[in-house]
Amino acid sequence: MKKIEIIIRPGMLERVRNELAALEIHGMNYTDIRGYGRQHGHTEVYRGSVVTVDYLPKVKIELVVNDDMVEKIINAVVATARTGKVGDGKIFVSDVLDAIRIRTGERGSEAI
Amino acid sequence: MNNADTGFIIVCATFVMLMTPALALFYGGLSRARNILATCMYSYASLGVITVLWALIGYTLAFGTDCKGLIGDFSFVFLEGVSFVAAPAAPTIPHTVFMAFQCMFAVLTVALISGSYAGRIRFTGMFLFSALWLIFAYCPMAHWVWGGGWLAKLGAVDFAGGAVVHMASGAAALACAQVLGPRLKTGSFAPNNLPLTLLGGGLLWFGWFGFNAGSALVSGTLAGHALLTTHLATASGVLGWMVIEWKRNGKPTTLGAISGALAGLVVITPAAGFVSLGSSMIMGFIGGFVCYYGVFLKHKFGFDDALDVVGIHGLGGTVGALLTGVFAEKAVNGVNGLLHGDSWQFVVQAISVVATWLFVYVVSRILLKIVDSTVGLRVEEDAEYVGLDLSEHNERAYSLE
Repeated sequence: MKKIEIIIRPGMLERVRNELAALEIHGMNYTDIRGYGRQHGHTEVYRGSVVTVDYLPKVKIELVVNDDMVEKIINAVVATARTGKVGDGKIFVSDVLDAIRIRTGERGSEAI
Repeated sequence: MNNADTGFIIVCATFVMLMTPALALFYGGLSRARNILATCMYSYASLGVITVLWALIGYTLAFGTDCKGLIGDFSFVFLEGVSFVAAPAAPTIPHTVFMAFQCMFAVLTVALISGSYAGRIRFTGMFLFSALWLIFAYCPMAHWVWGGGWLAKLGAVDFAGGAVVHMASGAAALACAQVLGPRLKTGSFAPNNLPLTLLGGGLLWFGWFGFNAGSALVSGTLAGHALLTTHLATASGVLGWMVIEWKRNGKPTTLGAISGALAGLVVITPAAGFVSLGSSMIMGFIGGFVCYYGVFLKHKFGFDDALDVVGIHGLGGTVGALLTGVFAEKAVNGVNGLLHGDSWQFVVQAISVVATWLFVYVVSRILLKIVDSTVGLRVEEDAEYVGLDLSEHNERAYSLE
């Protein structure tokens, strides 16, 4: 089992979700987050005053999946969420020790 | 007394009253989420304290019998003798209606200043400053221009308050920004709710019809003329600001559009009943254009006029007063400006500009000094980080759960 954390532009959320649904991913969570990487925020102009926005809004999707799904998901997300400009986001993959479905007590892959 | 005039000014007074809550929304939306209630509160506090002070003493100082061209006497103190008689300054309407109409102007003018000190002033300091400013700055100004004081005798014309309302609040705003110093850099200063600002700005535009048309003080052709010059100038102000912003920044903004509207409104205020319809459009366009550059003054000269009172009201009021002396036409309301052969009128307008800025700025600096050394002007550093909504009022605007 792996946990995949996908950080993308907020405007990409629906498109990425549709791609994940096509891969028969039946559950996901996302969180609205703010942060910066190489993009280093941006500036807006309000009535002549330049406002620097240090932390840009992003969306973080968290999925826990069986190992065989990982590459498919990565490929789908990269193909969908890439604009080619700085700020497209990142994907992190990590091991998950166990999963438990609270309703039934199922463990491991059964619980995903 | 005349019933049509009376009904008209009653309606206009209620229009102008709406401008102060509209200003609360306009400024509130531009402030930060942690300061929005405190920012709105400046306008509502003004509705409370300025109305009461106006009734007790302000009205008589502005419109009581003239003393040496400088101030009104105490003939109407505590509104003595104001009920059930015609207004001396407007004989076709009741004295109460005239007083109420003027009261709304005083409330709005004091509230306008708040855009400058928003986000860092103590509520007690703001309260005391507002009260003192009404008595020592607004009342003399209103008397000089509208109460038969020396500027009126000199022949300076100010139809609805370019000097008394806008230049005066702009000069006070400059003093406040300088004395208080800049806001701490506690994160992003981006507006927290621009739709609120747009709604407030739109309601200001609406209320301004009462403000300008009502300043004819009678119903009829002059009021109708002022209504239309106001609308034309405002629309032109939107265009003026939008065009230059579009050209310089690549994108027109909603805040730019509503700021241009305000610029047009401010510029036409002194001129609404003195210039032709065509001139009003030119004036509004110039207003949008000039005030677009006006909001950069604070960066150039390093004063933190938080919500651009100096750039829009101060500068717009000045441009409006001067252009009134350029575009005024005898055919409209008996006064000619520079373009129509009376260069003296322009000189008189320039004198009124210098007198207003000097007088109000100096008085404001003195009053701020007094307030600072008694109740204190600026909040503690920590309060600024937490936000004035919590530190000054123990409330939050947004509880999202």
